[in-house]
Amino acid sequence: MFAPTSEAELSEVVAGLSAAVRVLGGGTRGFVRGGDDVLSVAKLSGVSLYEPGALTLVAAAGTPLSEVETMLAGEGQRLAFEPMDHRVLLGTAGEPTLGGAVSANVSGPRRVAVGACRDFALGVRFVDGTGRVLMNGGRVMKNVTGYDLVKLLSGSYGTLGVLSEVSLKVLPVPETELTLVLDGQDCSQAVAAMSEALGSPYEVTGAAHVSGKTYLRLEGFEAAVRERFGKLRSALKAHGEGGEIGAEASVKLWRDIRDVRGLSEHGFVAKTSLRPSAQPAMLAALNEAFEVQVQLDWGGGLAWVGADMDNANAQDLLMFLQDYSAKSGGHTTLIKGPDVGPVFQPETAGVARLSDAVRQKFDPLKRLNPNLMSASS
Amino acid sequence: MQMPTPNPETLANKQALRERLEAVLGKRGVIADERELKAYECDALTAYRCAPLLVILPESTEQVSAALKVCHEMRVPVVPRGAGTSLAGGAMPSADSVVLGVARMNAVLESDYADRIVKVQTGRTNLSVTGAVEADGFFYAPDPSSQLACAIAGNIAMNSGGAHCLKYGVTTNNLLGVTLVLMDGEVVELGGAHMDAGGLDLLGLICGSEGQLGVVTEATLRIVPKPEGAGPVLIGFDSNEVAGACVSDIIKAGILPVAIEFMDRVLIEVCEEFAKAGYPDCEALLIVEVEGSDAAIEHQLGLIKEITERHNPVAFRVAESADQAARIWAGRKAAFSAVGRISDYMCLDGTIPVSQLPYVLKRIGELSKQYGLGVGNVFHAGDGNMHPLIMYDANKPGDLETCEAMGADVLKLCVEVGGCLTGEHGVGIEKRDLMSDQFAPDDLDVQMAMKDVFDPMWLLNAAKVFPLDASQSRREAE
Repeated sequence: MFAPTSEAELSEVVAGLSAAVRVLGGGTRGFVRGGDDVLSVAKLSGVSLYEPGALTLVAAAGTPLSEVETMLAGEGQRLAFEPMDHRVLLGTAGEPTLGGAVSANVSGPRRVAVGACRDFALGVRFVDGTGRVLMNGGRVMKNVTGYDLVKLLSGSYGTLGVLSEVSLKVLPVPETELTLVLDGQDCSQAVAAMSEALGSPYEVTGAAHVSGKTYLRLEGFEAAVRERFGKLRSALKAHGEGGEIGAEASVKLWRDIRDVRGLSEHGFVAKTSLRPSAQPAMLAALNEAFEVQVQLDWGGGLAWVGADMDNANAQDLLMFLQDYSAKSGGHTTLIKGPDVGPVFQPETAGVARLSDAVRQKFDPLKRLNPNLMSASS
Repeated sequence: MQMPTPNPETLANKQALRERLEAVLGKRGVIADERELKAYECDALTAYRCAPLLVILPESTEQVSAALKVCHEMRVPVVPRGAGTSLAGGAMPSADSVVLGVARMNAVLESDYADRIVKVQTGRTNLSVTGAVEADGFFYAPDPSSQLACAIAGNIAMNSGGAHCLKYGVTTNNLLGVTLVLMDGEVVELGGAHMDAGGLDLLGLICGSEGQLGVVTEATLRIVPKPEGAGPVLIGFDSNEVAGACVSDIIKAGILPVAIEFMDRVLIEVCEEFAKAGYPDCEALLIVEVEGSDAAIEHQLGLIKEITERHNPVAFRVAESADQAARIWAGRKAAFSAVGRISDYMCLDGTIPVSQLPYVLKRIGELSKQYGLGVGNVFHAGDGNMHPLIMYDANKPGDLETCEAMGADVLKLCVEVGGCLTGEHGVGIEKRDLMSDQFAPDDLDVQMAMKDVFDPMWLLNAAKVFPLDASQSRREAE
């Protein structure tokens, strides 16, 4: 295992590689597979700049997320994109890192309201597959100077470069939160209710459907949240009575939704990202053919599909989800389960060609996570 | 402004090119008349002009693809153009180029309120995207000052921002999918109506690539529900430092306004004279806007008042009516026109960490004295995006050059304090040669390598964004 302790050392290590490596942060997210040697960034750690008044934080890629979150909480701030803790679902051990969250563009329930992890990434420093130390973006919130490689690196799973440092925009923690719950809905009714809620002016910051219950989160100043809660409840009357979940229980509920705790017992878990209105038809067809458990997030835009089945059936299930996604213009990623097919959604020929060519520019020798994302030509 | 020498062969082939383009676009789709071409010789950076060889105005993705294929085969440079409102020269042609204008592609293809998206052809103007959905309670959030005129195509090319992006983000945060036509005519779909990328985030790379990687003909945009209400407040201070500290305190207190705008004395006076907005006589002015129900607005304004009072404001005016709110914004929105009325000016766009605000304003004041040119400051204070307006006299020989030199010093200052050259206007030709101040050669090289992927012959908008000497070997490769 390689475990460089500085960016310069990381650059030397990568430049000196004679074979491919698996790039890891805390190794909790389970994406990186295969038998290659490990390159860990866990020892590149520490927050180098935090300006609460500018809503900006800069830290080394291996900094534990918990350390970042504790520091932000001290100033009443947080990572608004609500990164999932994969340990709950995957049963992995270790410490999730900031670089890992950015590399996998891990975005939780609040994505539907405030944006994904990549939308909060302001700058990156990284080492490409040849050992060059590169930077893009910076630490300011508005920056259109040159091409935006920050978005490209976010969600590239270490295939373009090894992150050494990231700058993020952070946001204040609201005074309080309340959740409206609608009971006894099927997926189709849930998507309709969530769409109506997200289309209302009441600033819903979470819209999920778990085990027949639909949850809608409101955050903000106490009095305002209370007022919006009342308005949202009456606006959604046609969808059911609507119960209330208070702040403390709400925080816990959304942490479980974020971590997909409800599906953690399943051996197979995939996530399917479609436009919300396409999801009910997909789920109806899915339920016809397979026995699955489903959790919806992002107002229906994201379906988590859990199942327990033998490998042959799991392969059919993954193929079903990826075929359906291809037809309706979305994608499916395998999050947990045996090696039964492509982890990532196969891309159309044109996009695959461009992606491969981009990858070739960053990592011409195929040193970094070569088995991840689209197969390189 | 140095530009590559036009290729004499391309100039000589004009007639043949025109015929081939007319064959795919019809006569109506090709402009070759010298007088008509003059209308395309510059964008909103009017100091630099050059008429193109031809202008084409395709009406569909298929036509864009067919026309680009022709240009690719004949190795003719193409300059994509939205509405021509770029302040950075992003749409300025070269003499041997074809300008591809998207103005005739302005349809709304789909609006879906359940999925909260609108799909448009990219010639559509920013404000008319909102116009198509506002009756149903939605709007498209990015709001560049030119939103009445600017096209979505240009917004995507420059990753445009606006006054309200502190809460809603800039173009890249509100763009879900594009139809992209590559220089060789290939059509690629990136993203869609869903919320994230399944593979590499190529959409994120395209947004802000200044028309150098492909021509975006259709875009799926996120729309958001209109807030229950909005309320601006006007706050005056007797120094820039205090105003800057107040901005920081408001943000630290957990209030997230949709906009925080800052004007210095020069701009306050010029705008007041022009717009009669009723601005107080002071050194620095903040316009802070919050959103929500009446009660929520009142609560947030109460908190802002409490914070502000610790900084001894010389004025604190809450808008009591829609009319008063409009008046508070009137001066700010007229800022560029108000300065334009009294002087020629160059508008800069550097971004700085908010904490560096007082220092940077002081340094700009010193540079103003050193160069002997007046400067006014107006900017988006919440996110540190500055807009210093340097005033000069276009009729006075040498004044433009002095102004450019001072502008370069201001932008270098922004980089020096941890910021960047441009927050929302783009690099274009204007800041092209300053890129080496922000990026090391390798950092520029990896960006240019992306252009190698999408446009290997460097035909699309090639003499922009990167310093000419840095891109030379790629542009001139056979």
